[in-house]
Amino acid sequence: MVKAETDKAVAIQVDRLYKSFGSLKVLREITTEIRRGEVVAIIGPSGCGKSTFLRCLNLLEMPTSGKVYIDGEEITAPNVDVMKIRQNVGMVFQHFHLFPHMTVLKNVMYAPLTVKKMPKAQASQKALDLLKRVGLEEKADVFPSRLSGGQKQRVAIARALAMEPDVMLFDEPTSALDPEMVKEVLDVMKQVSESGMTMAIVTHEMGFAREVADRIFFLDGGKIAEDAPPDEFFSSPKSDRAQQFLEKVL
Amino acid sequence: MNNILWGVNGLMPSSLVLAQMNLDFARIAESIPFILTGINVTLQFTLISAVLGFIWGTILSLFKISSFKPLYWFGMAYTSIFRGTPLLVTLSLIYFATPQLTGYNISGFEAGVITFTLNSGAYISEVIRAGILAVDRGQAEAAMSLGVRYKPLMLDIILPQAIKNILPALVNESIALLKDSTLVSTIGAQDLLRRAQIVGAQKYVYFEPLLLVAVIYYVMVMILTVASVILENQLRRSS
Repeated sequence: MVKAETDKAVAIQVDRLYKSFGSLKVLREITTEIRRGEVVAIIGPSGCGKSTFLRCLNLLEMPTSGKVYIDGEEITAPNVDVMKIRQNVGMVFQHFHLFPHMTVLKNVMYAPLTVKKMPKAQASQKALDLLKRVGLEEKADVFPSRLSGGQKQRVAIARALAMEPDVMLFDEPTSALDPEMVKEVLDVMKQVSESGMTMAIVTHEMGFAREVADRIFFLDGGKIAEDAPPDEFFSSPKSDRAQQFLEKVL
Repeated sequence: MNNILWGVNGLMPSSLVLAQMNLDFARIAESIPFILTGINVTLQFTLISAVLGFIWGTILSLFKISSFKPLYWFGMAYTSIFRGTPLLVTLSLIYFATPQLTGYNISGFEAGVITFTLNSGAYISEVIRAGILAVDRGQAEAAMSLGVRYKPLMLDIILPQAIKNILPALVNESIALLKDSTLVSTIGAQDLLRRAQIVGAQKYVYFEPLLLVAVIYYVMVMILTVASVILENQLRRSS
């Protein structure tokens, strides 16, 4: 009974996750839990495996070994329907990856229409609502090439939200943006976090991580070297590596 | 003697040259409708082969990017065979071997459509494969992260972008198909070229009918070319 309750409160559970590319060991034994509604910022030096870790959570990278559970279901089990799981795990990419041959509205409504078989009128209404939420309803009928980077990323967030996922993954969502566009995207992400979404965010925006995240994962050498609340992490990091890293980025 | 003749020729006005060529379309006037009917045959033939070849080529290209090795090897071997044998040889093989193997008396038109579909499928599959690989990997990842399955992923996301990039190459392929379609005249299909040859044999004049069909082929190719330029511009505007 107690166990079932704890399980329900856990959105993502990672158990001894390893990932290698050939002889390159990128992730070495990651074990952690992310609770429902929690916002986790994943930071660390480049090449430490941040993105790979994130991409293992929706199986864009197949873990070499170890287990990942989303909402209590093991997604790394053989014969599991990967596509079914991905419907429940939204992802936002560094380079947006909007579909260039579809209008903004079509981008947002495509997955509900195709994957969830939602009726067209309903999907379109939902997409418009989401575009309103990210402040881009007036761009519904333009093609992505006419948007600024910040606008593209907001559409990409709306597109991921359209599937009503339980978990959202953000892979360096502001790294490809001009500085003046970073804030509009972070504002939208903050708004999403306030709606109670479980979020894992790989980011270099330390200010944002400190303000919005509930926990910081500091990844180093393919491991979670530190896992702490932001105030604790940023004021008194335990490891030398984290101290060195913070000296460079802050 | 020779010198005198050369001299005369060199000074000859152009009207005289034409007269000496004896170019006279009046002699084949009554056969021109017969030749023009060949446009239908040639166009039907090209269109059917191009559409079927495109579908087959798309399927083959998916084989060739498949991670399932037997499909990959089949796609590669298939392409290698059709690229490595002359079209006229495959055409004759299918035309003459089919009755022997199956007892079915295949018509020249059918043999042509089959051969050209199989052949252009091989070439088109290479073009489409390159087009698919040129689409940013992130497009597939974005769609997969939304839970989009393989079939809609390919049909709605990847292929539209791939085909837009390779449209000029696809038009070139149809132009080649249109011109290669003349090969079916060797197995008795009454296409444009075959009809010109028939008229030539009946009237003992070859220059006029052949010149006529040459011009018709050129016009058809030009129409395709212009259409593709317009299409390309429109696609470019849409993005």
